[in-house]
Amino acid sequence: MSTATMEKSAAPAAPESFTVTVIIRRFDPEVDDEPRWQDFDVEMFATDRVLDALHKIKWEQDGSLSFRRSCAHGICGSDAMRINGRNRLACKTLIKDLDITKPVYVEAIKGLPLEKDLIVDMEPFFESYREVQPFLVAASAPKEGKERIQNVAQRERFDDTTKCILCAACTSSCPVFWTDGQYFGPAAIVNAHRFIFDSRDDNAAVRLDILNDKEGVWRCRTTFNCSEACPRGIQVTQAIAEVKQAIMRGKP
Amino acid sequence: MPQKTAGTLSYQQRTTSRRPAGTLYRGREGMWSWVLHRITGVAIFFFLLVHILDTALVRVSPEAYNAVISTYQTPLMGLGEVALVAAIVFHAFNGLRIILIDFWTPKYHRAMFYVVIALWVITMLAFAPRHLINVFSH
Repeated sequence: MSTATMEKSAAPAAPESFTVTVIIRRFDPEVDDEPRWQDFDVEMFATDRVLDALHKIKWEQDGSLSFRRSCAHGICGSDAMRINGRNRLACKTLIKDLDITKPVYVEAIKGLPLEKDLIVDMEPFFESYREVQPFLVAASAPKEGKERIQNVAQRERFDDTTKCILCAACTSSCPVFWTDGQYFGPAAIVNAHRFIFDSRDDNAAVRLDILNDKEGVWRCRTTFNCSEACPRGIQVTQAIAEVKQAIMRGKP
Repeated sequence: MPQKTAGTLSYQQRTTSRRPAGTLYRGREGMWSWVLHRITGVAIFFFLLVHILDTALVRVSPEAYNAVISTYQTPLMGLGEVALVAAIVFHAFNGLRIILIDFWTPKYHRAMFYVVIALWVITMLAFAPRHLINVFSH
């Protein structure tokens, strides 16, 4: 047994590291009139993520690089950014999945006001989110005063849209949202869908009325950018289509 | 020794920003079908505008109408007609695709895009040679 351990500890090949060129769209509102591209070379392993590259740059090369991140494990939804032209979470994008023979382009998400480097003002995004009443509204007291019972099929109905982490990858990938900031955007509709199709909720009619607006679901042009960008794999366009159909039916 | 002031720093950074624009969003089939749908839609709108104007000319005077229509018989306009039919055929098939996405299911949107392209190619193969023979044999 000890020999086996010996062999194992003697054998491990050092993981190969690569030099990755990361080109970041920088913007410092106190200095720059317009954003500029800046490139950095970082030593990375195939198992590293884009977020690790950003950390290395910030900690070892340029401390002024600004970006948001919190959990770094794909749940908090802070670090949505445009990586090689597509909206991704930096903490879920592995170096091995990118073509590192070419530089990796990193820039802030589109359609929201740029504040600094990779940070955008998320307020318009959360404003639309709040407008769809993303909370349970029940008209009746729960049976026996305890809980609102739901069967498996009823829970399954809106399961996909419960996964949203509000990272704004979908909303800022939408060509309609880029040109028309008034559009609710995919994320707000996904979170409306989550309650519209919840059997315990009694406010579906109000939410459908809010979304049956000029800037509501009808702005969706089915480009499927949102479904492709969602780091949680939510079928966003499908959810929007279901809300459209619910509005046409007049009920969920 | 000249000191670097905040002013020169900002000037230098302004001059190094050769590519301030962001990258093009790399959407997939859905986004490009939408882009093509929008472009062909706007192109068809302008064609219809001109078409209504030239048809309305017959009310002004039949001679003026004939003069305008005769300019359409040139090979250049013949090529333009190929582009017009290409735009209309794409817009029509993709319009059916969007109707299916909205009223049936969005699941097969990517496959449906390739079906649209295939139908477009077949229609254009049937139309373009026949039309160009007419245009260039007169």
